Amino acid sequence: MRRPGRSAPLSWLVPAVWTGGALPAVILVWDALTGALGANPVQRATLQSGLLTLALLLLSLACTPLRLLTGWTWPARIRRALGLLAFGYGTLHFLIYLYDHGFTLGVMQEDVLERPFVTAGFLALLLLLPLALTSTPASVRRLGFRTWTRLHRLAYAAAALGALHYFWGVKQDRTAPLVWAAVLLGLLLLRWYRPSRPMS
Amino acid sequence: PVAQVRRPRPLGPYDTKEAVTPYRSVTTYNNFYEFGLDKGDPARNAGSLRTRPWTVTIDGEVKAPRTVDLDTLQSWFPLEDRVYRMRCVEGWSMVIPWMGFPLAALIRRADPTGAARYVKFTALHDPEQMPGQRRPVLDWPYVEGLRLDEALHPLAFMAVGIEGRVLPNQNGAPLRLVVPWKYGFKSIKSVVRITLTREMPRTTWALAAPSEYGFYANVNPQVPHPRWSQATERRIGEGGRRPTLLFNGYTQVADLYRGLDLRRNF
Repeated sequence: MRRPGRSAPLSWLVPAVWTGGALPAVILVWDALTGALGANPVQRATLQSGLLTLALLLLSLACTPLRLLTGWTWPARIRRALGLLAFGYGTLHFLIYLYDHGFTLGVMQEDVLERPFVTAGFLALLLLLPLALTSTPASVRRLGFRTWTRLHRLAYAAAALGALHYFWGVKQDRTAPLVWAAVLLGLLLLRWYRPSRPMS
Repeated sequence: PVAQVRRPRPLGPYDTKEAVTPYRSVTTYNNFYEFGLDKGDPARNAGSLRTRPWTVTIDGEVKAPRTVDLDTLQSWFPLEDRVYRMRCVEGWSMVIPWMGFPLAALIRRADPTGAARYVKFTALHDPEQMPGQRRPVLDWPYVEGLRLDEALHPLAFMAVGIEGRVLPNQNGAPLRLVVPWKYGFKSIKSVVRITLTREMPRTTWALAAPSEYGFYANVNPQVPHPRWSQATERRIGEGGRRPTLLFNGYTQVADLYRGLDLRRNF
């Protein structure tokens, strides 16, 4: 229902997602500068940036199931912003980890090679990199829609690895990581049960 | 009003000269799952713990098992200050000025039989006072243990205070163990029972995750945790990381572990 004289419907939507998505990063930096991250700010910032990565990644994966279930088209328009925000927070998470270890690559190498908990997180971020690099409409045209779609299914693998990373990362109470994993599984099932609808 | 001047007391033979961690950090950043899993939960939730009256049962392989009121027990020993490093298995550390008495004094007073080889410590189990125990996160009550010779080492300590003040609830009031050469989880909080045993006690974290937490739990930079290196640590309040030292720098305990493979007995 487009009214004449108005710009594109929901034109505020994508800027709002970017603004809202960047807000936690601003708060994180503010808290770090004011000492509000508690006695162990690095650990706290690591945990928060990691959780934000997973949350945004799952939100980006929820867009298509939501569109298929409801018929709304707006979720498709915010998917790119959510995915890029997830990649941004994942990168921040990785940079905080590197900062924690004084940017000594030897420690990172040992962690990635010998500790499955770190390997999973590292691979998740690595899988997101080509997706971030091919997130533009121009990339869709260049790769062809079919190839692009197949490539971007890697987001599910990245989310699964991210959830596993979280699961392996907690010390004892695994309730929260299992809830995230269940949400991811639910999103996957929603995709599989609605294959007949045309994509995007 | 007269200004209170705290005169720095002379350092004892067991004290570290390193800078003491801010009291606020020591009392707001705690692992005490009986009051919640977040580091801030114990400071928020431990108000429900009633620390008086408090009794401690001393039993097992002792000549006269008994249950004693904590104030009585405390009166048996002169209180001492000990400034110890505390290294958490998670990779952070603090310097804490404990107040209390040597564990060895308590063990000798308990008068173990010749059969005693281990000391088992049991924490309070009361979900009414300890809301974290309403969920089966760990197998409650929390249990820890030491070999008898470890328990008799002069560094092993029972704390009832920090910095001359009564132990805050979130730090394990009213009575806790402090074993500075072992990872922090060995230093059990809110102790109600001390049992001399013949067998190695089955301790809480070693039961919960046997591949990650052993009975000994000696601080050792050479033996990584399955999920992270133990080579370095973040001292709370400091930037950067510092190298972790074998036995948390308390090399005088090395004799206790002669001939023991520290990789296998982690």
